[in-house]
Amino acid sequence: MSAVLNQPPSVPVAAPLHQPSPGLWMLAWRRLKRDKIGMTALVVVIFFLLLMAGSYTGLVAKNWSKEVGVSYANPSFMAGAENLEAVQAAQKDTSAKVPFVDLSDIDPLAPKYAEWAKRTAEIKITDTPRADTLLFGGDKWGRDVIQKAIKGAETSIFVGLVAALLATIIGTVLGAISGYMGGKTGDFLEWFYNVFTSIPYILLILAFAAVFKRGLDTIIFILAFTGWTGIYRLVRAEYIKHASREYVKAAQAIGASHTRRMFVHILPNVSHVCLVQLSQHVVQFIKAEVILSFLGLGVPVDSVSWGTMLAEAQSELVIGKWWQLVAASVSMALLVTAFSMLTDSLRDALDPKIK
Amino acid sequence: MGAYILRRIGQMVPTLAGVMLLIFVLFNAVGGDPALVLAGKITNKEQIENIRKQLGVDQPWYVQMGYFGFEVATGFTCTWRSFTEKPEPPKSDPKADTKAAPKAAPPSGCQAVRSWATNEEVPKILATRIGPTLSIMIPVLVLETIIAIFLAIGVAYVRGTLTDRMIMMICTVAMSISFLVYIIVAQYYFGFKWGVFPVQGWSDNFWKNMVTYAPLPIMLAIFVGLAPALRLYRSFFLDEINSDYVRTARAKGLSENKVLLKHVMRNAMIPIITNVGIAIPSLFVGSFLLESFFSIPGLGREILVAVNRSDFPVIKAATVYLAMITMIINLLVDITYKAIDPRVTFK
Repeated sequence: MSAVLNQPPSVPVAAPLHQPSPGLWMLAWRRLKRDKIGMTALVVVIFFLLLMAGSYTGLVAKNWSKEVGVSYANPSFMAGAENLEAVQAAQKDTSAKVPFVDLSDIDPLAPKYAEWAKRTAEIKITDTPRADTLLFGGDKWGRDVIQKAIKGAETSIFVGLVAALLATIIGTVLGAISGYMGGKTGDFLEWFYNVFTSIPYILLILAFAAVFKRGLDTIIFILAFTGWTGIYRLVRAEYIKHASREYVKAAQAIGASHTRRMFVHILPNVSHVCLVQLSQHVVQFIKAEVILSFLGLGVPVDSVSWGTMLAEAQSELVIGKWWQLVAASVSMALLVTAFSMLTDSLRDALDPKIK
Repeated sequence: MGAYILRRIGQMVPTLAGVMLLIFVLFNAVGGDPALVLAGKITNKEQIENIRKQLGVDQPWYVQMGYFGFEVATGFTCTWRSFTEKPEPPKSDPKADTKAAPKAAPPSGCQAVRSWATNEEVPKILATRIGPTLSIMIPVLVLETIIAIFLAIGVAYVRGTLTDRMIMMICTVAMSISFLVYIIVAQYYFGFKWGVFPVQGWSDNFWKNMVTYAPLPIMLAIFVGLAPALRLYRSFFLDEINSDYVRTARAKGLSENKVLLKHVMRNAMIPIITNVGIAIPSLFVGSFLLESFFSIPGLGREILVAVNRSDFPVIKAATVYLAMITMIINLLVDITYKAIDPRVTFK
């Protein structure tokens, strides 16, 4: 990071350069392109992001909440397996149709039965055909597990991305002010930081969750508002380093305001730190969201996330229905692995010390 | 040294005040009217007014803040209202008011803060829950650190090879699977299917707990914590391995084992101890996931339960206590640096 010194600042300088030299981002991109693992991870992450966009716009997994199969429908590759739950459910349906005991001599409603029966017959009941098997099985209500996992991915990734973005913005802005301004303002922000870090992180999240109502926006807010401290620390250190650099002094000399120096001149030079942190926090927040939703402190009941899927899967596993657990954990593990590897590659690519 | 410690303690005061302010704002301003939370289905205005009076939330905010400050100052063993208004019946759970007659007036005016949900004294709740939490978390931290250090030395020894890369890859994948999945699967196989350990439970006997109930949660926590710790410690070792002193040690003909175990290890221990120091405060919260899955009556589960039933006094007290513990431990960790690394000087 300190090697930014040796490079021309990536901010476009007023004087045109005759020989265009690649900036930090260009170099980083070139390094990333050479990194096979990083590129694979990038492809997987982009795939998940597209999936999220598709699910949000209704292109995929639109009918995730439709009960298309029987209860706990088997995955199609184990079609022959016993499904006691579905059989039981079917029996319950038929047993309800068993004719009742004849009470007509004491039943005051007896004369009306004939009329009602006739009227019932007029109403056509179309039983939705329920599939016995689904591609990767169904849940308790016969919903397709794959579609659920896609919809769950949408929720979890959305929460992770937005919360990480917010946390990065809070951390960067506060860190910039604290590191650049120093003095009384810096002390105040340090105090603020100390307050947040002196409470164990889990406890801080739970304390916030205790007072706010459940909902998607709440969980994003909670994660962002408790998770900015690490970013603040790093950004502040960078700003302290940069504030006394010559290019910042030069900016002051040409009359740039404090805000301009902070966010137009210095920010591009520390933005690689922010990007790596952003990427790291997406992973962290996705994991946190899954746990919070599992505990019932996360997403509202009517929506699905990987966490709520795991909560259902816990009791399903005992009766031998493992597919929802596998669907949720594999899709989550895939995304999180890819995102972590991408983070590592980004860090390597953005480290100017490595050529 | 003495001056340093005094100064650090002096710095704790504003931080603790900040923590109190944050908690106060969260639970008294954002948390909404606690009387409404507590009253539940009661819509009778008079009753709600009564509850508010009992809780002291009918007072202006600065008075309430004073109450809270007094509670914190006495470690939640005394509330200002019970302290001042001596002939007062115990501040009992408003919910239970209609059912149970107020207990006999306490001998002294001082009364501990009580849980809204169970009417237990909060300091007592926390004191009884800390034991199970620590009996899980201390073995976890100790074993995990030792195992991770030795694995990290091993990996650092074979750095750059295929083995190294494979292990790092496995660690990344292992880290990306949710803790929940590990717990669910392990509980299913070890507890339910194979019956190696009880599925969940806890007893009053410490040794029985450690032998029957604790092993599975402890092993799970170590297993899950190992991957990130190994990755981190490996990087600490690799940071040191290219130093000049390592080159010198090699140049004078020391074996690679000696270089790693004696020279590199001592220097790598500094960031490792920092890391362990950071982890110590969270020992007290415990793993609320493990505790609720395995029905361990620990602090983490207690806090989770309190969150679910909006039992604010318990959460408030736990947060303030743990913030104090965190600050004190951080100070102790900083002091131990001196013992480990003679280069450290206190300013």
